[in-house]
Amino acid sequence: MTPLLSVQGITKRYGAHIGCADVSFDLYPGEVMGIVGESGSGKSTLLNCMAGHLTPDAGQVVFDTRTDGPRDTITMSEPERRMLGRTDWAFVHQHARDGLRMGVSAGGNVGERLMAVGERHYGDIRDKATDWLGRVEIDASRVDDRPTTFSGGMQQRLQIARNLVTGPRLVFMDEPTGGLDVSVQARLLDLLRGLVRDMGLSAIIVTHDLAVVRLLADRLMVMKSGRVVEAGLTDQVLDDPQHAYSQLLVSSVLQV
Amino acid sequence: MTEYNFAYLDEQTKRMIRRAILKGLAIPGYQVPFASREMPMPYGWGTGGVQVSAAVLTPKDTFKVIDQGADDTTNAVSIRTFFQRTAGVATTTATSDATVIQTRHRIPEERLHEGQILVYQVPIPEPLRFLEPRESETRKMHSLEEYGLMHVKLYEDISRHGHIATSYAYPVKVEGRYVMDPSPIPKFDNPKLGDMAAIQLFGAGREQRIYALPPYTQVVSLDFEDHPFEASKADHPCGMCGATDSYLDELIIDDAGGRMFVCSDTDYCEARQSAGHKGKDAA
Repeated sequence: MTPLLSVQGITKRYGAHIGCADVSFDLYPGEVMGIVGESGSGKSTLLNCMAGHLTPDAGQVVFDTRTDGPRDTITMSEPERRMLGRTDWAFVHQHARDGLRMGVSAGGNVGERLMAVGERHYGDIRDKATDWLGRVEIDASRVDDRPTTFSGGMQQRLQIARNLVTGPRLVFMDEPTGGLDVSVQARLLDLLRGLVRDMGLSAIIVTHDLAVVRLLADRLMVMKSGRVVEAGLTDQVLDDPQHAYSQLLVSSVLQV
Repeated sequence: MTEYNFAYLDEQTKRMIRRAILKGLAIPGYQVPFASREMPMPYGWGTGGVQVSAAVLTPKDTFKVIDQGADDTTNAVSIRTFFQRTAGVATTTATSDATVIQTRHRIPEERLHEGQILVYQVPIPEPLRFLEPRESETRKMHSLEEYGLMHVKLYEDISRHGHIATSYAYPVKVEGRYVMDPSPIPKFDNPKLGDMAAIQLFGAGREQRIYALPPYTQVVSLDFEDHPFEASKADHPCGMCGATDSYLDELIIDDAGGRMFVCSDTDYCEARQSAGHKGKDAA
């Protein structure tokens, strides 16, 4: 089986400082990969390099495109990469405000990606938007309300709907549950897990919350100072951490 | 000092503006940056249009200025006088006699012919401005033809008002490529933009952009399949000349709810009246 995403030797430096160094892994269709590590360990840099928001200094990000098979997204032209960003890829930001248009209604937010890929029938766009609001448990009557009137959890769910409406195959998530209280987090995780399983999505989730990866991720990478220090199946890494830093990370979780 | 260079601007500046105009004509709908000069009038009064007019005027031209369709409003009179004094060109109010027409917010009702130039005053040339505040991003969206966002605005209109409520500065797509702001003309005028015999030039002074439509360019107003574009106007005949096909201004004539509708294009209305057409409010 061809991997959906094959990352080879990704390195990004900020001057003399290392963002992330020599990261390689394969992600297969339907698989969810978690990336954990402390603040400043390079996990967001890595995610942004893979999603095309940053240009890495070295390495390849090979994505299995629908039409042309495996292509290196770093060297492909910008229009092609941005097209991927609107169709096959989705990016869920930590802060919903970064991923939503706050001055545009919920329906318009969900419909934007549809219109960006050429949908020009108002009724169809609206039906799809309403359907997606339902899937992320937002009441259909809120379709014309602006996200500013939504709670934090609803904004995050709206952002997810907006990203998944074009049926992407790969979702990048940057701390999707950050800044939400635990009960809202639990609902969001439940929703994400359902969507990932139902749609057969592959996902890369960056987080510092080990509970999130325990619930969602099949595999786990632990990063420290820009390097991957340990990788493996989620349960294996969390239950039997080998590297000193992974041990520290796992033991730092408060038990209540 | 009473001596000016022809049409106020110095020759080097006019040369620079003409280069921008030629580039704009070569790439219809593309916004060409130019080094806009200070003009002896405030921004928002047509500094862009005046600079374009100054660059295209020749001593043999006949010049006409309209403001919201009218020849006799402050803005129109002052710009007309400006070029009378600094260029010494002939001026007119008759649309068909003019070779250069500077306009704010309207396209004349009378069909323009080849050899005429229509110069628009543009306040904000970027159609995506209020949707995407970053100039770097809007330029990228233009260069990559990413215009989905423009439809988000129309979507919002329909979801809020039940129909596309944008009634002026209605976005158009030029030759299937660039999305363009036609300046704040009513959408009633949008169908006239396309396939026009005259050259259309757009000047934005404060924003330092020039763009253009060469004659007979394809211009399509954006819309949805189930909510097609509609050129709308007040559903009345003109009170002075009885015209039913012209764009109308609504005038409040007393404090008891009395109102009348008259053509916004004064030249068109007067020509019809002198040809014997009479509306219900004509004296």
